[in-house]
Amino acid sequence: MRKRYPLQILNYLVFMSLVGYFSSAPAYRHLPEGQAVVVLAFSHAGQHIEPCRVVSAEEQAKLAPNMRRPTECPRARSPVKVELLMDDQPLLKTVANPPGLFGDGGVDIFLYATVPAGEHHFTIRMNDSVRIKEEYNHTYEKTAQLAPAQLLFIDFNPETGFLFK
Amino acid sequence: MQSAPIKRAYLALENWFNYSFGSWNPLYHLGTLTFFFFWIVLVSGIYLFIFFHGSLDGAYDSVERITHDQWYAGGIMRSLHRYASDAAIGCIILHMFREFALDRHHGARWYSWFTGVPLLWMVVTLGITGYWLVWDQLAQYIAVSSAHLMDALPIFFGSMARNFLEGALSDRFFILIEFLHLLGQPMLLVFALWFHVRRLSNVNINPPMGLAIGSLLALLALSIAKPAISHAPADLTVVPQVLNLDWFYLNIYPLLDYWSAGNVWILTIGITFLLMLLPWLPPRKAGAPAIVNLQYCDGCKQCFEDCPFDAISVQARTDGAPHEHEVVVDGALCAACGICVGSCHSSNPFRKAEKELKTGIDMPQLPVDEMRKRTISALDSMEGDVKIIIFGCQHGFDVTKLGSNNTVGVTLFCSGMLPPSFIEYALRKGAEGVIIAGCRHADCYFRFGNRWMEKRIKGERPPVLRSKVDRKRIVIQGGAETDRHVIEVALNDFRQYLMDSRENRHSIHTEPGGSKEIPHA
Repeated sequence: MRKRYPLQILNYLVFMSLVGYFSSAPAYRHLPEGQAVVVLAFSHAGQHIEPCRVVSAEEQAKLAPNMRRPTECPRARSPVKVELLMDDQPLLKTVANPPGLFGDGGVDIFLYATVPAGEHHFTIRMNDSVRIKEEYNHTYEKTAQLAPAQLLFIDFNPETGFLFK
Repeated sequence: MQSAPIKRAYLALENWFNYSFGSWNPLYHLGTLTFFFFWIVLVSGIYLFIFFHGSLDGAYDSVERITHDQWYAGGIMRSLHRYASDAAIGCIILHMFREFALDRHHGARWYSWFTGVPLLWMVVTLGITGYWLVWDQLAQYIAVSSAHLMDALPIFFGSMARNFLEGALSDRFFILIEFLHLLGQPMLLVFALWFHVRRLSNVNINPPMGLAIGSLLALLALSIAKPAISHAPADLTVVPQVLNLDWFYLNIYPLLDYWSAGNVWILTIGITFLLMLLPWLPPRKAGAPAIVNLQYCDGCKQCFEDCPFDAISVQARTDGAPHEHEVVVDGALCAACGICVGSCHSSNPFRKAEKELKTGIDMPQLPVDEMRKRTISALDSMEGDVKIIIFGCQHGFDVTKLGSNNTVGVTLFCSGMLPPSFIEYALRKGAEGVIIAGCRHADCYFRFGNRWMEKRIKGERPPVLRSKVDRKRIVIQGGAETDRHVIEVALNDFRQYLMDSRENRHSIHTEPGGSKEIPHA
């Protein structure tokens, strides 16, 4: 079969153009101009649904020595309800149920939203116990200045509360 | 699933490449080209690895040094590494499209298709980890997006994406990715490739030299004209805004900006399963496998050598006949091409011992006896001057459409199914010329049919066409189902040649040991 070299060169040029172009184009805009991203992400175990109960001396005596313990705590934990408001408007919200067969695992929250850059007032509220009467038992407020493309990471530490990073 | 317009469009594209490249047509070598691009990726990757610093702080700077400080070597190697990887993906996708468009994924060929689909994803993930290693903003985007995808799977505890927020990354992360990209994934890929070609015989992994050189030069030229460069260094406190994605590998990630990770998984897994199930979707075609007639098999093993799908094996004789071997057909592997019938020297139409012509290995749907009957019927039906019989392949042009009073077509499963002795038989029984119209030259629906047939006629592969048969009365003209004009032109030229050379040819034919040239091949 005849080979036509000039046409082959033409085909190679098309091949080079296709590979060269699609290897880096068209450009994709992942984040719109003038926007920032707020990420609310943390791991947290909700409080136990039922409080721990003191095991009486009689009950202790009935147990094998290695099984004796001062308190007995039901394993099931509360769902974690969290809400982030930006400028008093709801931005992110979720209720995370504890994982595991006995509903006793910690939850992993990972929520994010794209917001306009600039100054914003954030309010974070969380409820991690079904036993409290108030709607939220953790609240934190902060005003932050967001630069375009900035990633504002909001974390939670059970000892120090919510943190802006 | 397959529609004729897709096939016609593909055949038109193939025709254009045939016109330009001849037997180097890249569409006939997509698998071997992919292997070749992997070789380029391997060599360039080894070079890059020598200078790469596999750490969170050092990776980006080392890649920048490779790219800019030694642009003439490392820079070109990096670009070659990227572009050869991209070309490999392009070849894989075209390879899949070709097998689908030409209906080469049904029946016994399901295995190669089924094992080929995951290969695409393996190569894509290999490319993704490669982009990850640069640790620029593109790598950051891929890392965070991949973590989102992983978090959507119910197999991991904790949030992987959170690791990319806290600054919890360490060099151990890089060691893991390096291990995956440099060793784990390539080894898995080689293993999977072995599975992919396991049911094929005579596997070739090298493209024609001319095509390989052309492709390498094209990639080199592209590497010089448009060197691969990095984005800004990764910074986990900002979100990458505009990204120059490599769409060959990273096309799935933008979907995450519009869909949930779960939906992206459903789409990806759904497409993968659909592709893998294609061989079992209509139209289903399954020809009965070849059968061995031990009475006529002397265990010469030629069918074993010729079978393109490794469906024939050789074992010790079991029938007490004075031959060392016999062949066995694995029905699950047999694609029912009939090439083995053409390989068997017992498939000889001149044999008159029994009423029914039998051979050592035969096709139940079209036994060699029926092939002889059709040949005789075709020869008997022709009238007039310059009788030409055309043996065609059912996957090429339908030669029965060319019928006239002095031209008759006989369709076989594959041109390789034609025993060479049938050509001599037809010429002796009244045909002035024989045309063998298989698939397009350098292509074959059953991989090797037309190649083996041509070698048999040229006397290069048994069973050979006897040397005293006048090759000038034989034409090999391949053509796809859309190539009517090609076959017609060949037929008319051949008829004219036979008429013009009749006097001279008769004198040649009477001499033993005719020319081995195939003038119109």
